[in-house]
Amino acid sequence: MSIRLHNIGKHFGRGRHQTLALEPVNLDIHSGELVGLLGPSGSGKTTLLRIIAGLESADHSQEPSRILFGERDVTHIHVRDRRIGFVFQHYALFRHMTVFDNVAFGLTVMTRKQRPSSGEIRSRVLRLLEMVQLEQLANRYPAQLSGGQQQRVSLARALAVEPEVLLLDEPFGALDAKVRQELRRWLRHLHDELNFTSVFVTHDQEEALELSDRVVVMSNGRIEQIDAPETLYRAPKNRFVFEFLGDVNHLEGHVSQGILTCGDARLNVDLPDGHEELLLRPHEVRLATSPTAECHLPVTITAISPVGAEVRVELEADWLAKPWLATVRHTDFEQLGLTRGQRLYAHPRQFHRFQQPDTIKADAPVA
Amino acid sequence: MRRIGDAPGVRRVLIGAAVVLSALFLLLPLVAIFAQAFAQGVDVFWSNVSDRYTLHAIGLTLGIALLTIPICLVFGVALAWLVTRFSFPGRRLLQTLIDIPFAVSPVVAGLIYLLLYGRNGWLGNWLDGYDIQLMFAWPGILMVTVFVTCPFVARELIPLMQAQGSREEEAAVTLGAPGWTTFWRVTLPNIRWALLYGVILTNARAVGEFGAVSVVAGAIRGKTNTLPLHLEQLYQDYNTVGAFASAALLALIALLTLAAKAALEWRQARREALA
Repeated sequence: MSIRLHNIGKHFGRGRHQTLALEPVNLDIHSGELVGLLGPSGSGKTTLLRIIAGLESADHSQEPSRILFGERDVTHIHVRDRRIGFVFQHYALFRHMTVFDNVAFGLTVMTRKQRPSSGEIRSRVLRLLEMVQLEQLANRYPAQLSGGQQQRVSLARALAVEPEVLLLDEPFGALDAKVRQELRRWLRHLHDELNFTSVFVTHDQEEALELSDRVVVMSNGRIEQIDAPETLYRAPKNRFVFEFLGDVNHLEGHVSQGILTCGDARLNVDLPDGHEELLLRPHEVRLATSPTAECHLPVTITAISPVGAEVRVELEADWLAKPWLATVRHTDFEQLGLTRGQRLYAHPRQFHRFQQPDTIKADAPVA
Repeated sequence: MRRIGDAPGVRRVLIGAAVVLSALFLLLPLVAIFAQAFAQGVDVFWSNVSDRYTLHAIGLTLGIALLTIPICLVFGVALAWLVTRFSFPGRRLLQTLIDIPFAVSPVVAGLIYLLLYGRNGWLGNWLDGYDIQLMFAWPGILMVTVFVTCPFVARELIPLMQAQGSREEEAAVTLGAPGWTTFWRVTLPNIRWALLYGVILTNARAVGEFGAVSVVAGAIRGKTNTLPLHLEQLYQDYNTVGAFASAALLALIALLTLAAKAALEWRQARREALA
């Protein structure tokens, strides 16, 4: 089932104490899609999710706001009749009910006409518990389960009513890294198997990029970009998205006659005269023992972290306001014989620049 | 390594002090009540208890408590729900207002009710025209008892409901549960212990309330005398055994409520341990 949002905005409070939570946004989510809402805290992502669920209502404005599930207009439909599954960050399991009763809840509160027979409820709950691999814990209480188990119960509970839309609010936020990884893979699998439309909120860019078909990047109550993970990473539309999705090195200086200077650093660039700020990812920095005619960026190594697939090297220089981070392959690291305190020259493989405010500028190769 | 404050000397002194104080201020008076009540034998105790006026006082007191509890229960739950689940202008003021019955002396409360609803009072005058008498009758006793006890349930519930938040209720609603079902199956089970505790406090206070009731009841023997008022009258009449027999009854009601609470807690603990 597709989800279409039109002109959805939200303010909290009233009068002078009013704060903007969400600027009016439009968003189309296709049927069967798994979409991540990504942003720092306070970016409005949870508000947006809760509005989709019907737990909050959008502002009334002159242009009416609309929420469509497929062809069904649910704008004024109460949460309980929207037929959604909602998974809360801190699980929100019914603490006085057993795991079985938690999962069965959505089925037992149906009107007598819709409600399955108790035998049918039983078999459906057991099937769900089997799916989340918790069938042997059916008679436990939530307090007796680990965080990961509780979140699985909460998922089974949401799925019991067979929703066509599954909404998850920071579903793995409170879990440790290993469990999180496992649940992520498992959710993706479940999503593909059961074929519902899912929207989840996260502040973890890795989680969003790994799990989603498309990612909606948000900041300050605004949607910054909506794209598939690869596109988002390769072609960020603005500086916020670029900076939010990974480590960034800054090079700020003045361009005159095709040469950017900053202290004793020089770089030939194919840019008009004026003030410039260039951005580079750590893997776009190459290290060499000598400068070239086009590029003279002297740096000193201040820290080396050889853990992981690549060696992470921290670089400092007089002309840098903030240290740079460069990633070097282990073979190159050994070849160059890098040590702390060593003086080297940085060579950008490419750089990115974003003009104010938020206009798009393609990546430029080094001149 | 010893934890801070865990020196054996300190521990012994603290435990000793707690035991001595509980014995002096709680246990000894309780024993004294029963000792005095039975000082002249069981027969005298029994004849005092089965006295016509005493029986009437018992009936009135229990009746008032029985009416007060449901009123306070509904009022307390509704108020706690309102204060913890909604945000509206004046919410803080309302939370402060709840405490008025605690802050005001019960005697003052009684006087205010007398002033308002008495025959010469503002509202009493009007009610009198319809031949409705509230003061010096059981409705007056009920009114001041409700006034004095109404904060107990709300005061027990508000911190708990604030701490629990509304996530579970939201979860219930997303699963399609109607409002009433959510209340009965999610909210109520989560607050039941606090609710029970609030009821026990309400009951204790309703049964034992003296100050406010003494102002509005008029202490008419066999008519508006509650057990505490009756007790005081007996004591003034130098009927010590009679007074202590009534006191023993009040203490017994208190002990029974506590026993009921302990039994319920024990059953719950057992059920959870078995699961």
